[in-house]
Amino acid sequence: MNPIEVSSLKKCYGSLKAVDDISFTVKEGEVFGLLGPNGAGKTTTIEILEGLRQQDGGQAKVLGLDPWKNGYELHKRIGVIPQEFNFFEKTRPREAIIYYADLFGVKVDPDVILKEVLLEDSAKTNFDNLSGGQKQKTGLALSLVNTPELLFLDEPTTGLDPNARRAIWEVIRGLKAKGKTIILTTHYLDEAQQLSDRVAIMDHGHIVAMGTSDEIIEQHGSGERLEIHGSEQLADYIRANTELQVDYDRLKGVISMPLKQKIDALAALAAAEQSKMDWGDIQTRRDSLDDVFVKLISGRVNEQGELTDKYENAGKS
Amino acid sequence: MSSARRTFADFKVFSRGYLRNRFGLFFGLIFPVILILIFGAIFSSGTTGTINVYTQNLDTNAPPQANIASQFLTALNGSTTIRVITINASEDFPNYLAAHSSSDGIIVPANFSTDYLKGNQVNLTVYGNPASSTSGIVSGTVNGYTNYFNLKRFNGTAVIGVTSATVNTQQTKYVDFLIPGLIGFSILVSPMFSLVNISSEYKKTKLFKQLSLTPLTKNEWLASKVLWYIVLTFASFALMVAVGILAFGAHVTLSVWLIPFLVFGPMLFASLGMLVGTVTKNPETAGVIGNIVTFPMMFLAGTFFPIAIMPQYLQNFAHILPLFYIVEGLNNVMVYGNVQGALIDLAVVLIITAVFFALAVRLFKWRED
Repeated sequence: MNPIEVSSLKKCYGSLKAVDDISFTVKEGEVFGLLGPNGAGKTTTIEILEGLRQQDGGQAKVLGLDPWKNGYELHKRIGVIPQEFNFFEKTRPREAIIYYADLFGVKVDPDVILKEVLLEDSAKTNFDNLSGGQKQKTGLALSLVNTPELLFLDEPTTGLDPNARRAIWEVIRGLKAKGKTIILTTHYLDEAQQLSDRVAIMDHGHIVAMGTSDEIIEQHGSGERLEIHGSEQLADYIRANTELQVDYDRLKGVISMPLKQKIDALAALAAAEQSKMDWGDIQTRRDSLDDVFVKLISGRVNEQGELTDKYENAGKS
Repeated sequence: MSSARRTFADFKVFSRGYLRNRFGLFFGLIFPVILILIFGAIFSSGTTGTINVYTQNLDTNAPPQANIASQFLTALNGSTTIRVITINASEDFPNYLAAHSSSDGIIVPANFSTDYLKGNQVNLTVYGNPASSTSGIVSGTVNGYTNYFNLKRFNGTAVIGVTSATVNTQQTKYVDFLIPGLIGFSILVSPMFSLVNISSEYKKTKLFKQLSLTPLTKNEWLASKVLWYIVLTFASFALMVAVGILAFGAHVTLSVWLIPFLVFGPMLFASLGMLVGTVTKNPETAGVIGNIVTFPMMFLAGTFFPIAIMPQYLQNFAHILPLFYIVEGLNNVMVYGNVQGALIDLAVVLIITAVFFALAVRLFKWRED
């Protein structure tokens, strides 16, 4: 049995469908990323799986248990860092680990856990004096106290600076190397790519793509494309004088043309040359996960996870 | 067993955090002591409102048309400062006053009316505690009416005299009343404000949600908070009694009957604080509601001064305040040695505590639907 099995899961808040009929499984020893902008339904999904919220429809099995009905049993076997991890202000990481060990009724060496999450230096600092990264590491440390079979990391690096983010990644890689099954939500594409074996991209409560990065690119990417730098007039000229689909990114000044066959590149370049306009920087490339992600969620995601500007490259043919 | 282990683990973490937080420590332990020092030093003076005065009329054989005792008491009752409460002539008066936690009383002697009409010297006995703020008012009022009656019939010859007497509280000082009052204050303020704050803050910062992911149950969490505030109350009690005795030579009766008040008091207000924090949407609203609930109790439940000196409508209002029964109970035990009266207060405290605790546990949610 897989550690997580979800089928046709639904959750509404009033008229808002936060999670709308999603299905996926997470295999043992796998790092599974739930990727999407704020409001996509990631946290609601993960909180249903943690037994913190009750679904309105569908099925969720975590370690073979119903998370809502068997939450108390389940919590002894899972580790969780909730979004924006918080703790008692005047408690120190080392004391927090001992506290959790007492709650779970387990014997642990706090120093071993502190070392595992690279937090030895701040073991005796009050929580309210820790940096954002150290706070998240405290959360990670606590999620490991009960030696969980499955870890839920809900946006573990949101709001952290790049160094702190990389340090958390280091810890997560260490856990992955130990064979832990991890479900990770994030709105950072690089985080999902760096850490996850498989990714599900969520948007408006739906899973819009799922698989390894390559599988998603293969399935949703547009294949090979020719890109040249030039003006919008040049893009219009090529569009008028060839059979090609021509996209124009105003921000970057890049003309982009999907290639059905390699010979299309010659037609495009010939048209550019005939136009007598300036152009250069020829390159061919395939869609990255970033391209596919932007296309699937119809926009870009800022640092805070909000969906911002619409991608200029899309739909300008 | 494991439930006790978890409760104790939570107790340890919470108490350590509390002790590291100077703000909490100040309000929990130091502030009430400062109040004792300030109010003890200022002493009490000046009162308003009507004072209940127990009166025993032993002049039972006076003819109705010449019942001077009755006329005198009616006149006294018509004053704005005294309310005469007549008790049966067969009662043992000093014991009755002690049992009703009062030091103010008047005995009208037998044959008062006959002696007065004949112009024979006759003495009213006025009970009071010289240190109490109410005592001066009672004796002043009685003297005023005595003079009036003397003047009316005998042109000022002192036919009616006044003899002073005291019950067993004769050595009592203002600080003796202040100590139970401020212990009550301490029982109210620390658990109430703290639980209002943490229950709404933990909800906002999702700490409850996080704790719900551990084997700790919400009842264990609440129990550890109650436990901590009971410990804090005992510490605060010891500190205040020590300061009262050392700084002001206070007289305090220590009895096992204090224990239930020091245990259930913090439980009552921790539950009430939890309830306020639970039913409100955010910490700001919780703070406002918490203040609305707490402030009237702080000043009107007999903490800083006896409610007897307040206007009647405020005295009536005081009786709906949970803290009133704790302060009255503590006064009954510590000042008057009136265990019977304290037991009635304790019964009320137990009922209110049970209701608030049950509501807090029922409405407080770890996780959402």
